[in-house]
Amino acid sequence: MTDASMDSAPVQGSLTTVDARTRKRNAAEKRFKAYGLVAIMIGLFFLVVLAVSILRSGIPAFTQAEVRVEFTLTQEQFDEAESQMLKTKAYENLFIAALQSQLEERGLEVSFDPAAIERLLGKTGSTIREHFRENPNQIGTPVFFNLAASSRVDGYFKGRVTRDTLVDSRFLEVSDLDLVDALADAGIIVSAFNWNFITGSDSGVDNPGGAGIGVSVIGSFFMMLVVLALSLPIGVATSIYLEEFAPQNWFTDLIEVNISNLAAVPSIVFGILGLAVFIQFMHLPQSAPLVGGLVLTLMTLPTIIISTRASLKAVPPSIREAALGVGASKMQTVFHHVLPLAAPGILTGTIIGLAQALGETAPLLLIGMVGFIARAYPEGVVSGFIDPNSAMPAQIYTWAARADAGFYEKAWGGIIILLIFLLTMNIIAIILRRRFERRW
Amino acid sequence: MSVKITVSALAIAAVSATAAAARDNVQVAGSSTVLPYASIVAEAFGDNTDFPTPVVESGGSSSGLKRFCEGVGENTIDVANASRAIREKEVATCAENGVTDIIEVRIGYDGIVFASQQSGPAFTAFTPTDIFNAIGAKVLKDGQIVDNPHNSWSEFNADLPDAEIAMFIPGTKHGTREVFEEKVLLIGCEETGAMQAMIDGGMSEDDAEDACLDVRQDGKSVDIDGDYTETLARIDANNNGIGVFGLAFYENNTDKLKVATMSGVEPTTASIASGEYPVSRPLFFYVKKAHIGVIPGLKEYAQFFISDDLAGPNGPLANYGLVSDPELAKTQQMVADEKVMGADM
Repeated sequence: MTDASMDSAPVQGSLTTVDARTRKRNAAEKRFKAYGLVAIMIGLFFLVVLAVSILRSGIPAFTQAEVRVEFTLTQEQFDEAESQMLKTKAYENLFIAALQSQLEERGLEVSFDPAAIERLLGKTGSTIREHFRENPNQIGTPVFFNLAASSRVDGYFKGRVTRDTLVDSRFLEVSDLDLVDALADAGIIVSAFNWNFITGSDSGVDNPGGAGIGVSVIGSFFMMLVVLALSLPIGVATSIYLEEFAPQNWFTDLIEVNISNLAAVPSIVFGILGLAVFIQFMHLPQSAPLVGGLVLTLMTLPTIIISTRASLKAVPPSIREAALGVGASKMQTVFHHVLPLAAPGILTGTIIGLAQALGETAPLLLIGMVGFIARAYPEGVVSGFIDPNSAMPAQIYTWAARADAGFYEKAWGGIIILLIFLLTMNIIAIILRRRFERRW
Repeated sequence: MSVKITVSALAIAAVSATAAAARDNVQVAGSSTVLPYASIVAEAFGDNTDFPTPVVESGGSSSGLKRFCEGVGENTIDVANASRAIREKEVATCAENGVTDIIEVRIGYDGIVFASQQSGPAFTAFTPTDIFNAIGAKVLKDGQIVDNPHNSWSEFNADLPDAEIAMFIPGTKHGTREVFEEKVLLIGCEETGAMQAMIDGGMSEDDAEDACLDVRQDGKSVDIDGDYTETLARIDANNNGIGVFGLAFYENNTDKLKVATMSGVEPTTASIASGEYPVSRPLFFYVKKAHIGVIPGLKEYAQFFISDDLAGPNGPLANYGLVSDPELAKTQQMVADEKVMGADM
């Protein structure tokens, strides 16, 4: 107080001329604005670096070198291959033989042998076997196949593999690249959009060309269903009770403190809890999206409760008082007036909570959803919940750990798909807020 | 609202359905070294048989065996992958929890290689002595046991480049660490005479052995607890870095890595199979016999894994980098007979 009175010496000069003190204050304000701008610039710079590096590393995952060949399988060959133990290998050998004879007919000017053709192809056997088992009527007629080329050939098309780096590799020889060039000229090997990456399932470590993220997207979807179905009703009910009905005493205080603390608990802790309670105690299946969803529900609940309470608080008391004043019961007040007004905020909080859960890997490690799992689409709704499956971030993590550079690329591609989902969810949250939010 | 109620009803239905239905897929967990092979086999098993594809999780040999030994029943795993043999202590834990009949299946051998950046210093030949002198906690210098004073490789071996020591070795939860200690550090310790000097200095033989396996903690040697990809990333970022890898991983990344010989032998599937290359170890998986007949496809999976078509010298596993076992036929017979560990030893 005394400082202020001492500083407020009689003002000299006029309002139109700027004195030294005002200039100083204005300068301080300008500096502050500049700091803010710089901070935003730094943030934007890193965002751009991140986005560019993700896109640059991930975009190649969306194309795949394919071998396009017509192939005829006779009934005897089919029976013969089906009688073996490793049927897929038998089909692969038949296909290689067919491709070789076709190449010889065409009179390519490079020398090659069956081993070289084998090195060019990815794992083709299971695709061929699937096709003929599903369409037995096509046995004996020529069928046009688009089959994934091997990881090194794919890398050659994308510039990941060059003649120089191929020196010590036993998976593809430099001479094979002449054959690849010739085949590319002949239109037999082409680079095409990789639909299998979006719709397919995980594949073995020696088959990056066959790997897709589709099945784990379904795994994530079922997990999110569980999270939504459990955390939204429980979270909203908890918030309404705490906010509107609960008496203010030490017990509710304790609950509030605990909810805030839970929001800050590392997700891996929920994973351990899930392992102990849901799998070891309740005997729910391992690696199941149901358990994953339950664990993520625990993680998401505090987020939803906190945001729901905030949006309930934001509804002005006058609305409650008006409702009570015209004779509504407490419950009618809440459900007819407060909750509808708070709904946009609740939805936003829920979607952001779900987006957070969607990107979570750590708790899934402990309940068996990380590994070689996402192999088959679930056969129905129940099987979607309980059959072993992975989730998008877990699939990305698994791919990133594999030796073949083709999988590393797939991991980046998976990140792009995951980011698209996250962005979509966040945009929906923003639109909902913009559309329905009421201001007082 | 009604949609949400339907969804929660479904979730509840799913929970109750699980309690009744038996698990129909084989559940595998364990070593990250065996994981690639197991995933190749699991994919082929799903593609070639009418059984569902087994679920294969990673996590390391020790954590896999720990889960394996948790007990018998549907909510425990059926198969544990391990890049080392099961320890007696683990067998005892297993027995305590009712897992008494274990089938040990050796699938083949894996070489452990020392590799550095393709464009880095010329690390082309090592001996166990070099590695021990580089990263042992206490080494022999001028007849004295001292805390490791070495900063560069050329300080103790003039043939090696004058480059800073930076080794990335597998962390203790990896089965690979055990082989690394046994076949490199311990031998290096003996060959440099450090072990003898420690014993002469009044240590018991066991204590000296333990001291030999201690690794310096001043940042020149880094434990990698993650996968080989992490080691690769560290080497990518460090021109002088030397990493410990599995042979298969190295062969998949020859464009980035160059390998060093160990005691003059180059690591290849042939030199490992013949036993010439010194740093190799057998890979295993362990099957719970009590689950055979309960979990559909379990025995078939085990037999499929070690069949000639897969684990043989021309199979996909060998193609990926596994050194196939010359005694595969014996293992096949053992699995067919479901012979458990300790049955006739």
